[in-house]
Amino acid sequence: MHALIEYLAKIHFLIRKELLALFKDPANRSLLLLPALLQALLYGYGANYDLTHVPYAVLDQSRAAAATELVARIDGTGVFHRVATLTSSDQIVGMINRGEALLVISIPSDFEQRLASGSQAPLQVILDGRNSTTAASAAGYVSSIVTSYNESLGNPAAVAIDRRSWFNPNFESRWNMMPALIASISVMQTLMLAALSVAREREQGTFDQLLVTPLRPMQILVGKAVPSILVGLFQSTTILLIILFWFKIPMIGSLWLLYLALFVFTLAAVGIGLSISAVSLNMQQAMLYSFMLIMPLMLLSGLLTPVGNMPGILQTLTYANPLRFGIDLVRRVYLEGAVFSDVAFDFIPLLVIAAITLPLAAWLFRHRLA
Amino acid sequence: MNASGFTTRLVALTRKETRQMLRDRSNLIVGLLLPVVLILLFGYGLSLDVKHARIAVVQEDSSPTARQTVAGLQGSTYLSPVWISTMDEAERMIRAGETDAILRVPADFSRQLAAGNGRVQLLLNGVDSTTASAIDGYVAGALAVPAQQAADRAGNKPAGTASVAIVQRTWFNEPGESTWYFVPGLIVLVMTLIGAFLTSMLVAREWERGTLESLFVTPVRPLELVLSKLAPYIIVGAIDLAMCLLAAKFLFKVPMLGSLWVIIVASMLYLMVSLALGLYISAATKNQFAASQVALLASFMPAMMLSGFVFDLRNVPVVIQVISHLLPATHFMSLIKTLFMAGDIWPGIWKSCGVLLLYTVVLVAATRRKLRKSLE
Amino acid sequence: MNETVIAADLRKTFIGPDGKPFAAIDEVSLAVRAGELTALVGPDGAGKTTLMRMMAGLLKPDAGTLRVLGTDVAAAPQAVQNRISYMPQRFGLYEDLSVQENLDLYADLHGVPLELRRERFSRMLEMTDMARFTARPAGKLSGGMKQKLGLACTLVRSPDLLILDEPSVGVDPLSRRDLWKIVQQLVDEEKLSVIVSTAYMDEAERCGKVFVFHHGRLLAEGSPETLRGRARGLTFTARPPEGTPARDLQARLIDRPDLVIDAVPSGGDVRFIRRATGDDPRLAELLHDAPATPRPEELEDAFMMLLREHGKERGHAEPANGNDSAPQVAINGDKGEPVIVVRDLVRKFGDFTAVASTSFEVARGEIFGLLGPNGAGKTTTFRMLCGLLPATSGHLEVAGLDLRRARAEARGRIGYVSQKFSLYGNLSVRENLEFFAGAYGLRGAALKARVAASLNQFDLDPASRSGLLPAGYKQRLAMATGLIHEPDILFLDEPTSGIDPLARRTFWRTITSLAAHGVTIIVTTHFMEEAEYCDRIAIQDAGKLLALGTPHQVRQQAAGSGARDMNSAFIAIVEQGREPHGATP
Repeated sequence: MHALIEYLAKIHFLIRKELLALFKDPANRSLLLLPALLQALLYGYGANYDLTHVPYAVLDQSRAAAATELVARIDGTGVFHRVATLTSSDQIVGMINRGEALLVISIPSDFEQRLASGSQAPLQVILDGRNSTTAASAAGYVSSIVTSYNESLGNPAAVAIDRRSWFNPNFESRWNMMPALIASISVMQTLMLAALSVAREREQGTFDQLLVTPLRPMQILVGKAVPSILVGLFQSTTILLIILFWFKIPMIGSLWLLYLALFVFTLAAVGIGLSISAVSLNMQQAMLYSFMLIMPLMLLSGLLTPVGNMPGILQTLTYANPLRFGIDLVRRVYLEGAVFSDVAFDFIPLLVIAAITLPLAAWLFRHRLA
Repeated sequence: MNASGFTTRLVALTRKETRQMLRDRSNLIVGLLLPVVLILLFGYGLSLDVKHARIAVVQEDSSPTARQTVAGLQGSTYLSPVWISTMDEAERMIRAGETDAILRVPADFSRQLAAGNGRVQLLLNGVDSTTASAIDGYVAGALAVPAQQAADRAGNKPAGTASVAIVQRTWFNEPGESTWYFVPGLIVLVMTLIGAFLTSMLVAREWERGTLESLFVTPVRPLELVLSKLAPYIIVGAIDLAMCLLAAKFLFKVPMLGSLWVIIVASMLYLMVSLALGLYISAATKNQFAASQVALLASFMPAMMLSGFVFDLRNVPVVIQVISHLLPATHFMSLIKTLFMAGDIWPGIWKSCGVLLLYTVVLVAATRRKLRKSLE
Repeated sequence: MNETVIAADLRKTFIGPDGKPFAAIDEVSLAVRAGELTALVGPDGAGKTTLMRMMAGLLKPDAGTLRVLGTDVAAAPQAVQNRISYMPQRFGLYEDLSVQENLDLYADLHGVPLELRRERFSRMLEMTDMARFTARPAGKLSGGMKQKLGLACTLVRSPDLLILDEPSVGVDPLSRRDLWKIVQQLVDEEKLSVIVSTAYMDEAERCGKVFVFHHGRLLAEGSPETLRGRARGLTFTARPPEGTPARDLQARLIDRPDLVIDAVPSGGDVRFIRRATGDDPRLAELLHDAPATPRPEELEDAFMMLLREHGKERGHAEPANGNDSAPQVAINGDKGEPVIVVRDLVRKFGDFTAVASTSFEVARGEIFGLLGPNGAGKTTTFRMLCGLLPATSGHLEVAGLDLRRARAEARGRIGYVSQKFSLYGNLSVRENLEFFAGAYGLRGAALKARVAASLNQFDLDPASRSGLLPAGYKQRLAMATGLIHEPDILFLDEPTSGIDPLARRTFWRTITSLAAHGVTIIVTTHFMEEAEYCDRIAIQDAGKLLALGTPHQVRQQAAGSGARDMNSAFIAIVEQGREPHGATP
């Protein structure tokens, strides 16, 4: 019992030292808080797939009532903003090329006559496809406007589809992006912090001073891991609060499960970071290895594009990526209200990564020296 | 001093920087290997094009009409439907993340359809809103085809009913492949990477190792220091650019409508901005750790998230748009996408290149100021 | 033009760590003559580096004027930089470039014409004895060689003025001798004007003029002869009674600042300076068993006198008597039994043998000095002893255990003070002490009491930030940390490198009293006079043990070469060791 208390007391001193060293420096304090805050706000607004503003132009060659009504419907959506009313088809190229209009709607001169004669009237839509996702969304909008216009003409669709969207009723991509940021913004700095923790001590010579004390590798490991985990959870909490109270995205799932998920995820990230740290000889190497790792981790995580769209071999690779499971866990607990049994599988790769990297780091502390 | 002194010193310093770059393997890993990894990941890994989306079909009405109605799902390359017997099971699947959507054909579907009131239910997991919208569109398309055919067979020719048909033409990216705009964006990221991760270390390292103090007390001029540090990394950037262009052309077969030389000139111009920005961060922070953090958070991440690379800037609030347009990456992003997919549109080229040139000049001048020979 | 540097009412103020401005250079006026060696000496924080940086145009004076080579350096720094050569304390060699590439770079930057270059390079390489290593990366050179290369790089062309900032810090006696040979040769042959700052008084003694600085002020100036005069008639040598180590007598003397200004052990005797106003009977009483004879005064004596006069205001903690400064360490076991046993110790890095079959023993309560040139294998031996590096082969025992394999508790019995400051710089003094006390298993009231005792013993301010302490105080904090758990054995790796003579005296006073209380001390140093404090010393070169014994025995071993002090004995032994095999890097 006494031995255990002494064992834990030593870890406590190490954790206290690490936290002091981190937070005494005002520059460090702001370097650990501000980026999370700023990025959450910036990307909350900036990382958005939803089309809310479609600049478009109209070339109405028919100048008839039907065309005017259709254009009025388009203007009435609030999404489309008419930036120009063209008078000649020559102007279309310029509008699109210069990016002034995302799409041009061209109404032929016989539009009204065709409708009046009860036949199909073609409506030409020219899209700027430079961003294919935006183009597809815009096309979708136009198509639904035309469908409802057709219905008003007495053309009900053959089969009506009743849509219901679970977890994100308005298809807002911010709902998808922001919970993912809880995991991905914090992981960058957490991993680097862990990666630099031992490398910095090695470069400054303090690690030798630490190794001649009676501290055991396991104690050093815990002492090094806990502060990084705390920083990670702190950053995650900051982002979580912004999402809850600034962006007001409702959280469905259990807060406990969310934090359990974040803890295990951060543990895996810190394990990777500490292994990098134990392998690196100096801070420069630690930073380099972290960059090399963080880039693919981000790209293969499902943050920007869904994992399901990747080719099979890359999908398999993502099993080694803690960020993929971290993002998945947070999204599903936060938005879907998943319970433990729903997401239990996601914990397995994270625990495996932690179980490999943490003992490896502890072993490397002393054996990397030579 | 005279011009020959300038040249001698510049050549000597450039030679020194080149040697240092080549001898530190980590530079080559970040400068040449990381771009290759990124090229492959971006080209193959990143895609917004939903393919084989999982959809659970709960067919409570098994009449031939109903089966006919949903038959179109199987023909679609975008959807991979699975037939599930009960709604409970399907809902469990969506919760467990085993499917992205449920299409329910209610028991009275045929009857209602005959009454001209056929309805199906589509239940989407909206978490991934992009995928959800895409599935919505694909399902609508898949159902429309057989329904139309059925209606045609029934002889329900819409005689005399007027309708508007959309004739859609997508310029620049007819097939609507996201790879087409990811790959030009990749050039932006790779050029940013060299500046953010390599040149951002250069001056900070010399401050930390104390080599600048010795260098200062020589006839060397600040501008010579700046130029010599840029030179070797321009070569690395040029190699990376070549790799990106070759991959774009032969690996990913992305069209390049603009002239090659314009693409190269514009890219090299942006490379200068990126390198100069990294160098400025390095000279201003004087510390490798701070430099790397600032470069990552102020240069690389914004280039990925806020430059219009993945996320369309038309969708963001004005404040963010203003911030985005302060980033040199945003200007180059729109230029390079246009050059690839739309061709040489000169007014845009002049404007963007002008902005990039301005950034280069300002950043080089600012770095030169930071490197004025003083320890204060 | 007869003066290279003329300063008038020069002033430079910095913002201190406490946010208050302090004058690094305070109303300094001086004139430096051309064509000779000029020394700037003074303790840490005296302002030597600031003054040199101002001369080099790297800092601008806040007030006063500074003319270098006739040019106002603040107005036209580049004009001055084109004509001078400056070697900062840490010369910025590019470690990944080879020796030749470093030389080429500086030659190009200085615009040395190709035809002159060949002759200059070969001369530099010959003088630095580095012609064999031109292809080696600078980072792979030993500390002394790096310093010589730094000097060669500053001297790729013949400057109008050469400024050297502490060129010999951390450099072994051999390299130090070589460095000075080069400088001296250039002064003699080319009438080079040189300004050098140094902590070694024997170096200042070679100069034509010496400026003594303290706290940014000029305390004294003059030729070494004039300055030396201040100590005339006050300098003596005392011989300790048979069987008493010199350091005991030295401790007795230095603990009486009312009678004795300074005392150091030297060649088995103790050199001391008495107070001019001192009380003769009391001094005679102090020296009752140690006959004292007058000796010629040296520059160091004058320097120590000046510092002691002005040291008071700085609040230098001088131990009032030996017992107070001794930590209360309870050592179990008898004095004299071996606590460190090293047999046939070998360490190889790849095919390079850093330590070759080395054997020695250290007894309890002994002060054991490990000496050797840069790159001789001292640090490697040291790290193996502390358990930081595994041995390739051989037997190694510290307190009866191999620290590398031993359980953690065994490490709790040793203390370690490393070569460079290796505590957490952004933590306060108290936080550092508390952390290490905790790491050694102290907690609660015991920890508080121990930390308070340490703070008191080493006169440290608990709230100051460790990284911003002056070098002498950093050194004290490192000692306090190494001793926080009252270890049986203390390892000190170049503990006095870069700290001033005054702080070194205090430091050694602590060490000798620790040893008196039974703590075993293993120490490495480049100051050969410090070897005089040791019971026994070992000299290592190229991984081999060249000499082992008491300082007296080691001096005897070199007696044939006419060596009289430890410095020349060391040089003689190392050179003898190198001769048969030809020089090894």
